Amino acid sequence: MRLKEVVNRLDLTVKSGAGLLDREITGGYVSDLMSDVMANAREGVLWVTLQIHPNIVAVAVMKSLAGIVLVNGREPEKATVEKARAGEIPIMVTDLPAFELAGKLFALGISGR
Amino acid sequence: MCRQVEGTAGEAGNRSLGVRVADLHIHTCLSPCATLDMTPRNIVRQARKKGLDIIAVTDHNSAENTGAVMAAAREANLAVIPGMEITTFEEVHIVGLFEDTGAALAMQALVYDRLQPGENDEGLFGMQVIANALDEVEGMNPRLLIAAVRMGVEETVEAIHRLKGIAVAAHIDREAFGILGQLGFIPRGLDLDALEISRRMTLRQGRSLYKELKTYPFITSSDAHDLGEIGTSPTIFRVAGPQLSELKQALKGIGGRRIEY
Repeated sequence: MRLKEVVNRLDLTVKSGAGLLDREITGGYVSDLMSDVMANAREGVLWVTLQIHPNIVAVAVMKSLAGIVLVNGREPEKATVEKARAGEIPIMVTDLPAFELAGKLFALGISGR
Repeated sequence: MCRQVEGTAGEAGNRSLGVRVADLHIHTCLSPCATLDMTPRNIVRQARKKGLDIIAVTDHNSAENTGAVMAAAREANLAVIPGMEITTFEEVHIVGLFEDTGAALAMQALVYDRLQPGENDEGLFGMQVIANALDEVEGMNPRLLIAAVRMGVEETVEAIHRLKGIAVAAHIDREAFGILGQLGFIPRGLDLDALEISRRMTLRQGRSLYKELKTYPFITSSDAHDLGEIGTSPTIFRVAGPQLSELKQALKGIGGRRIEY
């Protein structure tokens, strides 16, 4: 499934990378520990987290993730958005908590494996 | 734990107690997120310019530049404490301060052994420059210093104490990598020697904001990642000397030594 379809169907707000939403999502991963994402997230997954620190972008670039969704209505730091633009990482925001968002992603057919 | 006691017995008898200005959390060019001009001599020069008497060198998960900064400070009337800012498994930043480079490097060996494997990507995270006391480049540290260490907060604090160091919970007022942001609370019985307030607020504001944690001693530091930040949030110690043993006693309020809040 393309990122664009997820953004539309789950009504996510795009904070960076609006031009990159044609990307294909290979799966999903939920974690708030960057080291865990570095160790375990697969290429092309959509990362669901509440971390808003600029380092999330570096981790996403390093692991070639499809994008990052920030939950609980959390806004990315300014430096995070700038870094995401430079690193071509789409960042989206939702008011939903992580559990709800993961459930909805799963219902769309996006798997965690 | 150890609350500051004013005017304890021994103060009157100890005439050598004096005020020393300390910044106990400074990064060098070894930290990927620090600027490249954070070289040993530049740091020493800036610290003196800001009137600091004591600084601590605390790079992320490494102590490789501590010796160089200590050597660069030898003639500068500046005490340099070797340290390290450890990223625990929970991604909490704990600053360890040590008596000598031997202890700091022993901690580094533990940390390197448990550091998440991988190579630093300079383009993504920044350069990790190992410098000497003349500000010359000795090499690059290839490790993923930005990553976390497979050691929880308790284990990290214990390891620092085994090496006779001081364990400080870094920037507790910051959500990212602060112990309160990551864990939500300070685990019961965690034997921290001090809590650090970031430069975003004064020590006084921090102590009032975290009233319930006042059983811990509080310090504040710059967490400098560039030269201009050095000394922007100093802690004033009343001590008899600049050694770590003196700072330890000041944190415990021993013999009239204390932190001037």
